[in-house]
Amino acid sequence: MSPHPASENSGIWKLIFGRLDWSSLPLHEPIVVGTFVMVALGGAVVLGLITKYRLWGMLWRDWFTTVDHKRIGIMYMVLGLIMFLRGFADAIMMRLQQAMAFNGSEGYLNSHHYDQIFTAHGVIMIFFVAMPMITGIMNYIVPLQIGARDVSFPFLNNFSFWMTTAGAIIVMMSLFVGEFARTGWLAYPPLSGIAYSPGVGVDYYIWGLQIAGIGTLLSGVNLIATIVKMRAPGMTMMKLPIFTWTSLCANILIVAAFPVLTAVLALLSLDRYVGTAFFTNDMGGNPMMYVNLIWIWGHPEVYILILPLFGVFSEVTSTFSSKRLFGYSSMVYATIVIALLSYLVWLHHFFTMGSGASVNSFFGITTMVISIPTGAKLFNWLFTMYRGRIRYELPMMWTVAFMLTFTVGGMTGVLLAVPPADFVLHNSLFLIAHFHNVIIGGVLFGLFAAINYWWPKAFGFRLETTWGKRSFWLWVVGFWVAFMPLYVLGLMGVTRRMRVFDDPSLQIWFQIAALGAVMIAGGIACMLIQFAVSIKNRDQLRDTTGDPWDGRTLEWATSSPPPDYNFAFTPVIHDGDAWADMKKRGYERPLTGYAPIHMPSNTGTGIIIAGLSVAFSVGMIWYIWWLAGLSFVAILAVAIGHTFNYKRDFTIPRDVVERTEGERSALLATQG
Amino acid sequence: MSAHDHEHSQGSHGTMGSYMIGFGLSVLLTAIPFWLVMNQTFANPQVTAFVIMGFAMVQIIVHMIYFLHMNTRSEGGWSMMALLFTLVLVVITLSGSMWVMYHLNNNMMPHMEHDMSQMP
Amino acid sequence: MATRSAIDPAFLDNDGNPLFHLGEDPHHPEGSSTALGFWIYLMSDCLIFACLFAIYAVLGGNYAAGPGPRDLFDLNLVALNTAMLLFSSITYGFAMLAMEKDKVGATQAWLAITGLFGLAFLSIELYEFAHLIHEGATPQRSGFLSAFFALVGTHGLHVTFGIIWLVTLMVQVGQKGLIAANQRRLMCLSMFWHFLDVIWIGVFTFVYLMGMLR
Repeated sequence: MSPHPASENSGIWKLIFGRLDWSSLPLHEPIVVGTFVMVALGGAVVLGLITKYRLWGMLWRDWFTTVDHKRIGIMYMVLGLIMFLRGFADAIMMRLQQAMAFNGSEGYLNSHHYDQIFTAHGVIMIFFVAMPMITGIMNYIVPLQIGARDVSFPFLNNFSFWMTTAGAIIVMMSLFVGEFARTGWLAYPPLSGIAYSPGVGVDYYIWGLQIAGIGTLLSGVNLIATIVKMRAPGMTMMKLPIFTWTSLCANILIVAAFPVLTAVLALLSLDRYVGTAFFTNDMGGNPMMYVNLIWIWGHPEVYILILPLFGVFSEVTSTFSSKRLFGYSSMVYATIVIALLSYLVWLHHFFTMGSGASVNSFFGITTMVISIPTGAKLFNWLFTMYRGRIRYELPMMWTVAFMLTFTVGGMTGVLLAVPPADFVLHNSLFLIAHFHNVIIGGVLFGLFAAINYWWPKAFGFRLETTWGKRSFWLWVVGFWVAFMPLYVLGLMGVTRRMRVFDDPSLQIWFQIAALGAVMIAGGIACMLIQFAVSIKNRDQLRDTTGDPWDGRTLEWATSSPPPDYNFAFTPVIHDGDAWADMKKRGYERPLTGYAPIHMPSNTGTGIIIAGLSVAFSVGMIWYIWWLAGLSFVAILAVAIGHTFNYKRDFTIPRDVVERTEGERSALLATQG
Repeated sequence: MSAHDHEHSQGSHGTMGSYMIGFGLSVLLTAIPFWLVMNQTFANPQVTAFVIMGFAMVQIIVHMIYFLHMNTRSEGGWSMMALLFTLVLVVITLSGSMWVMYHLNNNMMPHMEHDMSQMP
Repeated sequence: MATRSAIDPAFLDNDGNPLFHLGEDPHHPEGSSTALGFWIYLMSDCLIFACLFAIYAVLGGNYAAGPGPRDLFDLNLVALNTAMLLFSSITYGFAMLAMEKDKVGATQAWLAITGLFGLAFLSIELYEFAHLIHEGATPQRSGFLSAFFALVGTHGLHVTFGIIWLVTLMVQVGQKGLIAANQRRLMCLSMFWHFLDVIWIGVFTFVYLMGMLR
């Protein structure tokens, strides 16, 4: 990275540690050192507490090695939440820097640090917050909604989670050892090529995403197979709950899009490691091809994020309006059309690169067309609410906030889809405001709706509402205060990723935006307090029915939290809103006739391979070739070794099922 | 489509006869394009290119049917659907990239076209 | 909108009322999703190759004043290589037929022959690569060569993993015989192997044959 003492850097040191040496530690950055001290202290406290209360065995047995889709779903949510705090810390640092850096002030972040922050913010928020959280929700809810006992490939599910976590660990490691990429979240070459980014930053980026990408792809395959093969009897495709439908489409997009990311990042790493000429300026390379390919992944990715949340909004709207979803089949077809069209719009991310009028018009039109099915969905939600008995519980509040916010974001998106307008707005803060408007207003609000909606299912008690409402209002108002100024600034021509500004008249807008970010910070704090207060008061908030919202789909038919096997008897489905239908027909829960249940057994292979993958990546990033080679061989050996284990399931005996269901009967009886 | 008919869907492995038909066709469909190119049967290389592309497509279909046992019934039609969807995406990725990059090259790197015409 | 009218008669009790549970739980036999899941994985792999083909299509003419396909490719060698892969495909087919008849020995023998053909394919490919590199046509030489080595090399890597997998399966069949789990694994490898064959059709047509027409 930088010059170091010659003695350390020669011969044997290099063989053992590659390009890693003392100068790799960012000791000259007081902010990073401070963060490290805090993280180290916090981590020590957590580890100490786990050891003190002897929780390691429980964690390993019940969580780390689990193949239960519910536990894995919860672990995904925890990962997403932790990474969300990191990503938001990056965001508020940028807001403060931009609010300060006027009138000759340099702000408080140097350019080396600032560039890493905006790259890390984008990468973390998309890959390690939004992706784990939607995967977590899908993992938890989809098998319950289709009346299954687990996913198709339970071991793969555990493995996918740990690979995603391994990617997150690699990205987090870059904060304290070496540096992260300074290229923006998609690492365009030639800037990300070895000539202009010789450090370890881009390598951290590549390996973090590649390792996490394996997890994402496999969980996509897993959930598709689950939805196709494991549905309860009677559940035809057009009786599938709408959230499961949108999850299916999102996972199809994952399987269709992530290989492209894998391929293009692999080629970039070949350019960096062996000096090939894919995306170089010379020797017949073509950097524009990188941009083209990465957006073939990138645009479907946007819909991977939003589609499952469209499903969440549909479930929430229908439940809290106490009505069947309006236009179920049009909703399904809209989802399918969006999924297909999302593959035909990628060039709108680089209208200005110069492919000319004919190409730009094609992609401009396809982009505008995609807003039609999206609009249809919005009308379906509105018509579901129309004449419904709407209960404004927290999930419904987030849904209404989504409808208002997302519509504005969608409209600015259509503006950007017009190529001539895009030539003015490209890479401006208007674009930043637009995609935060749809991602925060759509994905994040959707996740908050989902968390408030399904929390009682997962933990057996509701989330407390006072702090929830405080969080809601701070978030929604904070969002508008933070991002409306960016629309204004974008229209005035301010470009993204700037660290200092010359024009003092702009400062007030950045200060307003910073104020909004502080409000959002308050919203996050209230949400954490909401979780804490709810856990503390869990006995008052207890849900004994398993169906706290008068739900309509199968996940509400079982207890909260569901038993390991989800359903003692696999339900038979006669209607799209299966549980509402069962309740209407006077369904009575059977109390006898239980049978032993076949379940997959836990395994530590996933976490072991993921750990080895981190070691492999560290070896590759720091040119520690022996480590990379050894870990690669070890990964192969462990993977092959795992296939020699043929005994992968166990049976829950009849009396255990009987006892579990008996406890539930007793609980239900207390309702009177 | 739902839970009942799983057991029967794995059975199609083909027979000796179908494998041999597939192999025979495959040998033929490989040999002819090689022969066309090696002997320069057609004077116009563009004609040859189109013909061998046609052969490749037919051969891919032959392999799909006789070696991969694709049909519309296996897995309740889901494998076929996945295959068709993938084919659509492959076509979009390939032709879209070529279309986009051709225009980008023409507009933004005119000197490269010039360079390439100088190549031997 | 989901209709509530038509209920499958199998889900009604004797009085015509809808049932909410079956007498016997529907059974998802172990591995019933494997074939479909593996096929979906193959489709994603297919898209990786689509990207590599796209790269080759775009960069394939960028010689950077270096050698082009006509200077480098030896069609006789490619034809021999193609033959190796084709033979390995049909011998894998024979292994599957032997497996269906529950003949462990014949299955193992055909698997071994398949592996040998695979090895022959790899050796010829490595010989070709070594020859190219020796002539100075390295992956670093031009965009065309980078794309060529990436596409053909990725296919070769897949074949390598296929052979490792094949050997693993032979050991497992040796240990456990042709039990259901092993049959399922052999079927997955069969799909993988034939899938690589399909990719190779694209490679020899698009890269080698069309390259000679440039």
